[in-house]
Amino acid sequence: MIPVGFDYARPDSVDGALALLAEHGEDATVMAGGHSLLPVMKLRLAAPELIVDIGRLRELNYIRVDGDEVAIGAGTRHHDVETSELLATEVPLLPAVARTVGDPQVRHRGTLGGSLAHGDPASDLPAAVLALDATIVLRSPRGERSVPATEFWTGVFTTAKEPDELIVEIRVPRTGTAGWAYEKFTRRANDWAIVAVAVVDGRVGLVNMGSTPLRASATEAALAEGKSIADAAALADEGTEPPTDTAGTPDYRRNLARVLTRRALETAAGR
Amino acid sequence: MTNVKVDITVNGRTTTDDVEPRLLLAHYLRENLGLKATNIGCDTTSCGACTVLLDGESVKSCTVLAVQADQLAVTTMEGLAGESGDSLDNPVTAAFRAEHGLQCGFCTPGMVMAVTGLIAENPDLDERAVREGLEGNLCRCTGYHNIVRAALVAAGKDPDAEQEIEAESDAARTAPGFSAGSGS
Ligand SMILES: Cc1cc2nc3c(=O)[nH]c(=O)nc-3n(C[C@H](O)[C@H](O)[C@H](O)COP(=O)(O)OP(=O)(O)OC[C@H]3O[C@@H](n4cnc5c(N)ncnc54)[C@H](O)[C@@H]3O)c2cc1C
Ligand code: FES
Ligand code: FES
Repeated sequence: MIPVGFDYARPDSVDGALALLAEHGEDATVMAGGHSLLPVMKLRLAAPELIVDIGRLRELNYIRVDGDEVAIGAGTRHHDVETSELLATEVPLLPAVARTVGDPQVRHRGTLGGSLAHGDPASDLPAAVLALDATIVLRSPRGERSVPATEFWTGVFTTAKEPDELIVEIRVPRTGTAGWAYEKFTRRANDWAIVAVAVVDGRVGLVNMGSTPLRASATEAALAEGKSIADAAALADEGTEPPTDTAGTPDYRRNLARVLTRRALETAAGR
Repeated sequence: MTNVKVDITVNGRTTTDDVEPRLLLAHYLRENLGLKATNIGCDTTSCGACTVLLDGESVKSCTVLAVQADQLAVTTMEGLAGESGDSLDNPVTAAFRAEHGLQCGFCTPGMVMAVTGLIAENPDLDERAVREGLEGNLCRCTGYHNIVRAALVAAGKDPDAEQEIEAESDAARTAPGFSAGSGS
């Protein structure tokens, strides 16, 4: 399968990329790892006229402590998140989640920023970032703004990001090594989650339980009131609208969400 | 649509061409350079038959543009041949042969490159790390058993010993309280 023809630019700075996006508007699309975009282009479901390749911008590839938070450049690859010694002690949920994405080859290319921008409700890292109460930093020629993860995903494959904006950074609180877990349920190796649950410090993120990554708010409220893990987990599917596909029905996913939430909360409590 | 000039070091040799931006790295290797070891199986990033190393890391070349490899180094299975020029003059290919890690051979170049990348990242592979590390490579013939053994041998491990350890740990993980019955 071969994409529709396009022009290609590889600017050497974020500012250069932003200028190209401003100049070409809707005709231009940013490519980071290309591991969501290229498959879609090969299926000809997308046909951008100009690809702006940001995959090699060093200024978007870093993981560093910044006060109470860890700042991660949007171009940081899943592989770099997975193997980061800093994240292993500061925010261990993220490497654990990144490790479940695709396979090593995919993780050598795909980036955190690309995964968040793509906004697939079946993808792993958005729900983790949501459970972490992270902040997503966007930049455009108009300046920089920060969007809380809770407001970033607005619908299936849609986000609060404007077409002329780039995600430049993801800021996550330093959680330390206690109180986190990730439960991803798949039936085959190298597959997307049928449902997955990310838990960190009593917050719960759900994968593939609706049109966006979701927080299990009823479970979180029950935990805050001091309810047992079993009682709180029984509410994990409240307010969700899980999809139907060949992997399962909504009822099956609701059940999975409750079971995986209980398991994740139990694991988190033991850490 | 403007063509773009690429300089890609393939198996240690600099290659240059004017390419359409939409040209996939897999096609660049096979069609432009005539290096046909790299197979295209699924063309959808699933099977791993097209795996090559990009700056030493495994990637699926059906999902990388040639322009994305500009100025970088690519290694294909042809590049594994040692000084003798014989492609079996390499620990990974030799292990695939010794352990009979192939049948039809279609997945083999991708498997060999994935294993090469895996060992470069983690020289201390055990069976679990091999199985998880080859998650992105499908084989429709072998049932994987001998491929996993080949990877262990290539990493300098004793495959019999490793598989015994894994069998015990797997039994302990999947059936808590159930003895693997190894007699120990
Ligand atoms: C075989 C396979 C298996 C996979 N399995 C999983 C899985 O199990 N779990 C999972 O979560 N994901 C999975 N993925 C998806 C993978 O994680 C992708 O890499 C990721 O979703 C997108 O990252 P990317 O850098 O490749 O983005 P790209 O494909 O380059 O871009 C994706 C979208 O984001 C935009 N974009 C990229 N970067 C930015 C930025 N900095 N600012 C603004 N917009 C940006 C692009 O314009 C595009 O619209 C899989 C992919 C493949 C091919
Ligand atoms: S041909 Fe590239 S992964 Fe199958
Ligand atoms: S040997 Fe035939 S596909 Fe692997």
